[in-house]
Amino acid sequence: MDALPAHMRPERSFQGFILALQRFWAEQGCVILQPYDMEMGAGTFHPATTLRALGPKRWNAAYVQPSRRPKDGRYGQNPNRMQHYYQFQVIMKPSPPNLQDLYLKSLAAIGIDSSLHDIRFVEDDWESPTLGAWGLGWECWCDGMEVSQFTYFQQVAGVECAPVAGELTYGLERLAMYVQGVDRVYDLNFNGRDGADKVTYGDVFLQAEQEYSRHNFEYADTTMLFEQFKMAEDACRKYLAAGWKEGSNQKEHLMALPAYDQCIKASHVFNLLDARGVISVTERQSYIMRVRELAKACGEAWVHTEAGRAV
Amino acid sequence: MPDLLLELFSEEIPARMQAKAADDLRRLVTDKLVAEGLVYEGAKAFATPRRLALTVHGIPARQPDLKTERRGPKIGAPDAAVQGFLKATGLKSLDEAKIQSDPKGDFYIALIEKPGSAAIDVLAEILPVIIRTFPWPKSMRWGERSAKSGSLSWVRPLHSIIATFGPETEEPDVVKFSVDGIETGQTTFGHRFMAPAAISVRRFEDYEAKLKAAKVVLDPQARKDIILEDAKELAFAQGFELVEDQVLADEVAGLVEWPVALMGSFDEEFLSIPDEVIRATIRNNQKCFVVSDPKTGKLTNKFILTANIEATDGGKTIIAGNERVIRARLSDAKFFYETDLKTNLEDRLKKFSQIVFHEKLGTQAERIARIDRLAAEIAPLVGADVAKAKRGALLAKADLLTEVVGEFPELQGLMGKYYAQAQGEDAAVAAASEEHYKPQGPADRVPSNPVSVAVALADKIDTLVGFWTIDEKPTGSKDPYALRRAALGVIRLIVDNALRLPILNVARAAMLWMPGSADAEKLPSDLLSFFADRLKVQLRDQGARHDLVDAVFSLGGQDDLLLVVRRVEALGKFLDTDDGKNLLAGTKRASNILAIEEKKDKRTFDGAPDAGLYRLPEEKALASAIDQVKSEAGAAVQREDFATAMSAMAKLRPAVDAFFDKVKVNDDEPKVRENRLRLLNEIRAATRAVADFSKIEG
Repeated sequence: MDALPAHMRPERSFQGFILALQRFWAEQGCVILQPYDMEMGAGTFHPATTLRALGPKRWNAAYVQPSRRPKDGRYGQNPNRMQHYYQFQVIMKPSPPNLQDLYLKSLAAIGIDSSLHDIRFVEDDWESPTLGAWGLGWECWCDGMEVSQFTYFQQVAGVECAPVAGELTYGLERLAMYVQGVDRVYDLNFNGRDGADKVTYGDVFLQAEQEYSRHNFEYADTTMLFEQFKMAEDACRKYLAAGWKEGSNQKEHLMALPAYDQCIKASHVFNLLDARGVISVTERQSYIMRVRELAKACGEAWVHTEAGRAV
Repeated sequence: MPDLLLELFSEEIPARMQAKAADDLRRLVTDKLVAEGLVYEGAKAFATPRRLALTVHGIPARQPDLKTERRGPKIGAPDAAVQGFLKATGLKSLDEAKIQSDPKGDFYIALIEKPGSAAIDVLAEILPVIIRTFPWPKSMRWGERSAKSGSLSWVRPLHSIIATFGPETEEPDVVKFSVDGIETGQTTFGHRFMAPAAISVRRFEDYEAKLKAAKVVLDPQARKDIILEDAKELAFAQGFELVEDQVLADEVAGLVEWPVALMGSFDEEFLSIPDEVIRATIRNNQKCFVVSDPKTGKLTNKFILTANIEATDGGKTIIAGNERVIRARLSDAKFFYETDLKTNLEDRLKKFSQIVFHEKLGTQAERIARIDRLAAEIAPLVGADVAKAKRGALLAKADLLTEVVGEFPELQGLMGKYYAQAQGEDAAVAAASEEHYKPQGPADRVPSNPVSVAVALADKIDTLVGFWTIDEKPTGSKDPYALRRAALGVIRLIVDNALRLPILNVARAAMLWMPGSADAEKLPSDLLSFFADRLKVQLRDQGARHDLVDAVFSLGGQDDLLLVVRRVEALGKFLDTDDGKNLLAGTKRASNILAIEEKKDKRTFDGAPDAGLYRLPEEKALASAIDQVKSEAGAAVQREDFATAMSAMAKLRPAVDAFFDKVKVNDDEPKVRENRLRLLNEIRAATRAVADFSKIEG
C-alpha cells in the first residue's frame, strides 16, 4: 500500500478509517457506493443490500450508511449511544468461500492485528421482522467487544436468497474508538489533525445529537408522522400496482425502487413514532407487520425487474 | 480391525450446539454401521468451534455374507411363473433350485447368497446421507451452490471433510465420497490464527496429536479443564478464589480451540454494585468469570477471560481491550443500579396498571392487588404478621420495572430485596421480594420465613386459580404458564413448613377477586385434583408409592395437603408390614365378593349387620373387631395420629383372616347370607377410616 499521510491513517482519523475500509473492499472487487439519500435504521435497508440481495445476479458492494435510530438518542450524554451513527456495509453475492478471511484481512487493514487481538465469531442469528429477512452468522468480537455483524442472508423481503449473499456490518464509531483508544465517541479525532486543525466527532455531531434527541423524544409532530406513515404506505402500494408492465401478466415490474423508497420512509416514520412513545405494545406489532408487508411486496416486484430476475 | 476417522471442518459452530452435534454424529454413524451388520468396538466424538470429529474403532473390514432363501412356484407351475422366478433370483435353471415340501405341495426354493460389501464401501454410502440430513437445530445455505435447490444445508459453511479408514498398522484409505462438491480427503487446518496451515492426517491418533501441535485442543472436556484449572491458578496466585461456573465454562470451551486464561481488573468503585449484578454483567455479556476474596467472601475487582490465542505481547492488548468493555458495561450497570435506588419501590407500582399480565386476567396492578389481599388471608394461617405479608406482597413485583431487572431478568426478586432493604423496609418484607418466587423447581430451597411463605403461596395460588378460571390448564407437554411448577411449589411450601392450610377455602377466596366468572363448585375441586396429580408425581419422583395418594384423596374432603401427605406416609409404612399386606388382601377379597354379589342381586348391602343372625364365633369376633377398630382408628384419625390409626387397623387382620377361613359367605339361608355380606361391607367401611383400600395397587 502507498504510504499514507499520518492524518489519514486509520488509527489517527475517523475519515481515514472509513477510507481504509473502502479501499480494502474496492480491492476485493466491490463497487463503492455512497450512502442512500434517505433516513434508515440500518445499512441493510439500503436497496443495494435489501433488493440487490435478491435474484441470481452477482453483486458485490460496500458503502457507508448513516443509521438513524431515534430511540437510541441520549442528548449527547452517553459515551457511545447515539440516534445517528455510521455503519459500514459490505454485501457479496454469492457469498465467497473465503469471506471470513476477507473480513479478517479488512480488520488488519484498519490496524487490528490478529496476532495481538482476540478475534472471535460468536453465534448471532440475525432477523429483521420489518424487512421479512433472516440469516445466520455471528457477532464478531475483538477482545470482548462486538465490532461487526456477519450474516449469511437466507431470506430477504420474504424471498429465499438464491444464491445466498454474505453481509458484513461494521459499527464504525465503536471500531474507530477502539483503534484510536478513546472512551467517548465525541472525542474521536475526525480528520486526523492536531492542535487547532483537529476536528473531533463531537465538533461534527454533538449538537446534532442534542437537537435530534429533543426532536425524537419530545417534539416530533406525531399527527404529521401518523399521516406520513399512511401516505408512504399508500404510495408504496400505488407504485407497486402501477409498476407492472402492461401485458406482462405480472411478469415484469418497472417501478420496484421508487416503491421501496416509500417502504424505507414508512419504516423510519414508524421508528420516530415509537421513540415518541405514542404506539402501544399491541399496535407496535401491527405497524411492524405493515412495514413487512410493504417490504415483501417490494421484494416480489424486484425479482421481476431487470436487475432482480434471472437473465 | 480398521478404524474410521471423520472430520467435518466448518466455519464457527455455535457453542450451545456443539455437544449435541458431536453426540448426534456418533449415534447416527454407529447406529447405521450396526444396521449394516458392522458391529464396531468403540466410538468417540468431539467438537471444537470449527470442527466435528468422530473416531470409530474396530470396524470389521467387510459386512458378513447374507444367505437368504426365496420360495418360488410349485412344481409343475406354468412356465411364465417359473421364468419369473428364475429371473428374480438369478438362477440359470431350475436345476439350481432346491425342492421343499410342505402340506400345500412341493415348491422350488432358491438359495441366494449375497456377499457382504467392504466396510469402506458401506461407509462411502452412509456417511454422505448422514451429513446431508444432519439434525442441526438451525441450518443454512451459502455460496455459489445455494443458487440451486437441494444444495447442502449445514450449521455454517462446511469447508472440508476428512474420512479415512484402515487398520492401525497400515496407511489408511480415504473413504471416497463428495457432498455438495466437497471431496473427502486427509487434510484439515489448525488454529485459525496461530497455525492456519493445512495438515495432512492418517488416523485418529495422529489427527489429535497434529491438531494439538497446531494449537487446537480437540476434546471439549480437556478445554474446559484447562480453562477452569488455569483460571483457578490465576486467581489463587493473587490470593483470590475463582467463582466456579460450570455452565459458563462449558460455553467458553465452545468458543475457543486453544484456551488461554488471562486476568483483568476493573475499578474498585464498581464494587458498590451488588455482587450478583457484577457477575451477571461480566458473565452474560462478556463470558468472563468473576473472582472472590476468600477473606470477605465478596467479589473482588478482578475477572478472568478466556482468549483463543497466545498473543505475541503475552495478552496485554487483549486484557486492556476486555477491561475497556467491562468498564463500560459495569458503568452502565452502576448507572442502572443507582438510578433504580432513586425511585421508591411503591412509586413504581402505578406503572403496572399499564402492563397487561394476561388479557383475560387483567393488568399486573390488578394481579398485585389480588396477591396482596390473598396474602392477608393466608398470613394468619401460616403464622405471618398480616401487615408485613400485605406489605411484602405489595412490593414483591415492584422490581420488575427497574433498570437492572430489565437488563438481567434472572435477578428479579433479588434486586427487589436489595432495593427494599435500601429504603428501610422490614427485613421480612424485603426477603419476601426474593423468596416469594421460590421454590422454582424440585431442587430449589423452600422459604421458611412466614411472610415469604404467605406471599409465595398467594402468588402461586393466584396464578393457579387465575388460569383455571380462564381455562388455560396445562395439557400434555404444554404448560406455558408453568402451572405445574406453581402447584408443586404450593405443595412443598405447605409440607416442608408443616402448614395447615385448607386449600379449598383459600382457592375460593382467590376466586372471589378474579375477573370473569367460574364455577365456584367445580373449580376448587378440579384444582384439588391437580394438586393430587402433582403430589403423585412428586412422590413417584422420590421413589415413594404414588397409588396411595389416590387412596387418600378418594376419601373425599381431603384438602389439607399436609394431612394427606402424613396419611400417605403412615399408610405406606403400614402396607410394608405383614399385617398391612394381609389386611389389604382381606379387604380386597371382601370388596371382590361384594362386587360380585351386588351385581348378582342388583342391590347393595349397606346397613348394620344383625347381631342375632351371627351363626359362627368368627362372625361375632369379626363384628366386635370392626367395632373396636372403627372407634380406635376413628379417634386416632381425629387426633391426626395416623400411625396409631394404622396399628389399630392391624387388629382387624386376624379376625378377617379367620372369617374367610371358617365362614362361607353365601349361606343357603338368604338372611344369613345377606347379614354376612353386610359384615363384609363393614370391613370396607372400617378401613375407610384411613384410606380407600380399593384404590391401592397390589
